[in-house]
Amino acid sequence: MDPRRKRKLRLFVALTAAVLLAGALVYTSFSASTQAKEPSELIAGAEPGRSYELTGKVVNDSVDKDGEQLTFRIRDRDGHESLPVTYSGVVPDPFREGREVIVSGELKQGTFVAERDSLITKCPSKFTKDEQST
Amino acid sequence: MAGLGSACLLVGLLTALYAAGASLYGARSGSRAAVVSGRRAIYCVAGLMVTATIVLQSAFLRSDFSFQLVAEGSSTDTPTFYKFTAMWATQDGSLLLWALLMSLFSSAVLFATRRSLRDIAPYATAVLAGIAAFFLLLMVAWENPFTTLAVAPVEGAGLNPLLRHPAMMIHPPMLYTGYVGFSIPFAFAIGALIVRQTGADWIRATRRFALIAWTFLGAGIMLGALWSYAELGWGGYWAWDPVENASLMPWLIGTAFIHSIMVQEKRGMLRIWNVSLIVTTFVLALLGTFLVRSGILDSIHAFGASTIGTQFLTFIAIVILGSTALIVSRLDDLRSEAKLDSLMSREAFFLVNNLVLVGLCVVIFWGTFFPLISEALSGNEASVGPPWFNRVTTPLALVLVALAAIGPVVPWRRASRSGLVRSFRLPLAVMAVTLVALLAFTNSADSPLALIMFCFVSLVLTVVTQELWRGTRARRTITGDPWPRALGQLIARNRRRYGGYLVHAGIAILFLGVAASSAFQDQKDVRLSPGESFKAGGYDITYVRPTAEVGRDTAGTGAPITFGAVLRARRGDEVKMLHPSRNFYPSQNLEAGPIGRFFEGEATSEVDVRWGLRRDLWTAVRPDIAELEPAIREANAKFTNSSDDIQAIVIAAIVQKYRNNAPPASFRAIDSPLVSWIWIGGAIMILGALIAIWPSPEARMRRVTSIYAARLGKELSQA
Repeated sequence: MDPRRKRKLRLFVALTAAVLLAGALVYTSFSASTQAKEPSELIAGAEPGRSYELTGKVVNDSVDKDGEQLTFRIRDRDGHESLPVTYSGVVPDPFREGREVIVSGELKQGTFVAERDSLITKCPSKFTKDEQST
Repeated sequence: MAGLGSACLLVGLLTALYAAGASLYGARSGSRAAVVSGRRAIYCVAGLMVTATIVLQSAFLRSDFSFQLVAEGSSTDTPTFYKFTAMWATQDGSLLLWALLMSLFSSAVLFATRRSLRDIAPYATAVLAGIAAFFLLLMVAWENPFTTLAVAPVEGAGLNPLLRHPAMMIHPPMLYTGYVGFSIPFAFAIGALIVRQTGADWIRATRRFALIAWTFLGAGIMLGALWSYAELGWGGYWAWDPVENASLMPWLIGTAFIHSIMVQEKRGMLRIWNVSLIVTTFVLALLGTFLVRSGILDSIHAFGASTIGTQFLTFIAIVILGSTALIVSRLDDLRSEAKLDSLMSREAFFLVNNLVLVGLCVVIFWGTFFPLISEALSGNEASVGPPWFNRVTTPLALVLVALAAIGPVVPWRRASRSGLVRSFRLPLAVMAVTLVALLAFTNSADSPLALIMFCFVSLVLTVVTQELWRGTRARRTITGDPWPRALGQLIARNRRRYGGYLVHAGIAILFLGVAASSAFQDQKDVRLSPGESFKAGGYDITYVRPTAEVGRDTAGTGAPITFGAVLRARRGDEVKMLHPSRNFYPSQNLEAGPIGRFFEGEATSEVDVRWGLRRDLWTAVRPDIAELEPAIREANAKFTNSSDDIQAIVIAAIVQKYRNNAPPASFRAIDSPLVSWIWIGGAIMILGALIAIWPSPEARMRRVTSIYAARLGKELSQA
């Protein structure tokens, strides 16, 4: 084969491989991703059986612990609609009422049933001063 | 004092701008005096940054709370060691650290190249001065670390308890050294492009700086992983957190860069690729610094709401657009001198290794920024978790380790069949034996991916050992030295080569630890009362008794109250006693009450890990102090106005109550095989890199003789 055709062929093979790999990347990431929602969005309409990431603030005086099981309510960051959450597993250190949290799970009969160990605390003041909990 | 610090920053900014201007003028007009003056201005900037840092650090050590930064990030009861580290726990302080390291590195490289690269160096100086000016501008205009408070508070807020770990002393400076270090080869690459001297000169001049940056960034990443494992109460070392990824990405592209520049040095190929790689590395390093500050992605590392996100994005955009335009305008000068002769050659394997590393970076970039991508494409904010990252990066990591075995022994240009057979006969045999032994004696067949990784690791280790053995034997034949001396001489005389081999062995050992611990660890989360037991991996673990102490924090982080547990772990005849605990730091929130605030504040896990070469036993405890609440409420009401001493006695009594009658506590125990080899492998990598960085005796000799020759030439011409 003459060198120029060989080079073109190589380029074609490499580009095809790159496109296929990129396609696989896009496909796997979209199918493996979980959507992040606020309580009001889930109340407005949640697909049954689908896993979501619920984000929002922990409602004051809503945290209750019964043995392993932790229950609390999460409200919209700037709103008052809230959802009850049941959770078990590790509670991160900065978990407090009023702080922003993210938890994964699904909505079952009006209660957000969280996956074990999925609770993440977003602490806006992590590296600066310890702000008073609101 | 704060005035002196602010003045240093302002004068530093003006000096950096002058350095850029003088260097550009000198380069355009050919005035050496202007070039020299520009270079010396950079030394001045370094001096000013050192002064500013000393001012800030002494304010931290003195607990001078009139500095806003000190009041927010330190306190009188913060241990001295952590007062010293508090500077880079704050956003403004970390910018100063960037500027300090940047100016020191720039001064070092400009001093080292003061007699060479006459055309490139002035432009590189201008680029470095521009970067330094950007960081100084950020501080002068928006985030001044020397902001003072009109009224100094009596006590500061204290350093975030999570950051009180020895690794925190060196983890951020190391990462920053890595980030900053890559600006050196970047600046010289830009200089080389501007003057169209795109040969290997700029690479030879800055190669060592690229290696130093790579080593520091790698060491910083390792220390971060170690901190996560030993300090954060979740027991893992890598979580695919956006900021972790942000530090890994420039390291991966930097790794590609230090491999592919060898191809340019040896064969004059891959020039466009190399300048693109170093520009990408630098942009990713900036992006890493930016991500921590922007708050656009959720991360544990975020500095909170920041004011300088836009400025960073603008600067990154300027760097990307400017560099791309420059590369495109110089495409004619970047043509390769040679062509790829064969796919079975060192250069071809370097190319494949580069593609895999870049691919790995693209994948991690995609996953890290997926929330933004997904929101832009579908309107839904969605994210991908660690399982996705693990799935897509594992195959690439396997290929990478295999390449680490093959690459070093394939010759340049074209490999002969007999040479390949000679190089790979033994390693392949060892790999086959490893496979059979693993299948026969262990349960590693349960995880095929881990099994493949173990085989590739044995391949790398055998190849490296074989190369060392052959080299030593050859040396012995020539010199007749005894074995250890021959080995030492072999490495000392070919530092880059054998240092590189050691790095390959280190990365293989690191992946041995990663594969074994992620595929075969057993993690248990349980809730137990004293006296109860559970099983984790091969261990039977019993909760012997609760512990509760006042003022006895063994880790020296300054926590007043510590609740914990004594665990007995039994594995066959071997018995270990473990003491995981949890430190409670007082809250500044007055609503919690004078007694309650000692129990309501931040709490951090002090995990107890038994390190071992075969396995680690990792334990953490989360005491349930909810049952103390009635007592705390009562004490709050009764002792509000009591003296500190009485309050201390009341707190001690409440703590005592927990020890006498503890409710069930939550435990996490992980039996993790071979996890220590991650740290051992990392240490070997750093050792190898240091060997490669260290100047060889011949190089030193060459430099001395060349200086001597130059001086002689000058004197002769004057005579």
